[in-house]
Amino acid sequence: MSEHIVPVRVYITIFLALLVGTTLTVMAAFHDFTFHIASVQIQLNTIIALAIATFKATLVVLYFMHVRYSSRLVWVIVASALFWLAILFALTFADYWTRGWLVIG
Amino acid sequence: MTDAPVTTKHIHGHPALQHHFENMEQQREAGTLGMWVFLVTEIMFFGGMFLAYTLYRGMHPAAFASASNHLDITLGAINTAVLILSSFTMAMAVWCTQVGKQQAQILCLVLTLILGLTFLGIKAVEYHDKYVDNLIPGKLIPGRPFNPAVAQEGEPFDKHKLHLVDGAEVRHVELFYWIYFAMTGMHALHMIIGAGLLSVLIYFSIKGRYDPEYHSPVEVTGLYWHFVDIVWIFLFPLLYLLGRHFEH
Repeated sequence: MSEHIVPVRVYITIFLALLVGTTLTVMAAFHDFTFHIASVQIQLNTIIALAIATFKATLVVLYFMHVRYSSRLVWVIVASALFWLAILFALTFADYWTRGWLVIG
Repeated sequence: MTDAPVTTKHIHGHPALQHHFENMEQQREAGTLGMWVFLVTEIMFFGGMFLAYTLYRGMHPAAFASASNHLDITLGAINTAVLILSSFTMAMAVWCTQVGKQQAQILCLVLTLILGLTFLGIKAVEYHDKYVDNLIPGKLIPGRPFNPAVAQEGEPFDKHKLHLVDGAEVRHVELFYWIYFAMTGMHALHMIIGAGLLSVLIYFSIKGRYDPEYHSPVEVTGLYWHFVDIVWIFLFPLLYLLGRHFEH
């Protein structure tokens, strides 16, 4: 098994996709994506920005960093990073979000 | 008794093959895996700062939006494009090494280094703008504590003044700038280290050390460089773009 060499046109495509993503995220930032459904207000600006950023990061990881063509072991390492990052966020917010729920005294 | 056969292990191996690896393939894969393990620790390191950002932004959304609106979106967007282009040239440098184009490889590495330094230059301009507007948090700069001019109601737009969104407090704007300088500062430090690594790569490329068989240093430096790019891909929208829609 020898090393996979990614064709140059793939790199160019990813590069252009990243530039398009950057343009989209700047354009989206100047638009107010606040929606009202019944009495609930939904603010989507941050979610849209993070979705585009995550998409761009995924392209970089899969193609520029060759993870798509790498061994299973590399996949496990990358997944473990995301998993522990999720623990960091989930447990911290489980604390902060619920602090107001219980009023003692 | 005849002479025992000479058992020099890597007599047919590549000169760069270390004795504890079976072959170049195994050596390269071990290097890539090791770099990924390091990057996991880096993800956790930056993850802590992203966590702090998310928490305090949730607590003080108006102040964070006001502070963010003071950042220069044009410079931020240009820097994003510069960094994406540098990631592309870095990926091309790895590709050129894999297919044995030495001249093109050196050119790609030099371009990557120039783009990295361009990013740092633009970042320095931005930091200077913040310094002029007294936005360096706390008392980090002797004699220039955090003390921005705040625009009053109905006053025309002045880019040197802080325009507060309803409900924003100046001390929470300062909190944003602590996080801004911590995150972009750590990111810039990673860029500086990356520029150092690239300089070493360029030196050894000119000496002709890397070839299709042996190019792990180029590959793993590429992984590092792309990681730093990814951090910026998240920093740019979170720091520069979060409050723009309040202006309209």
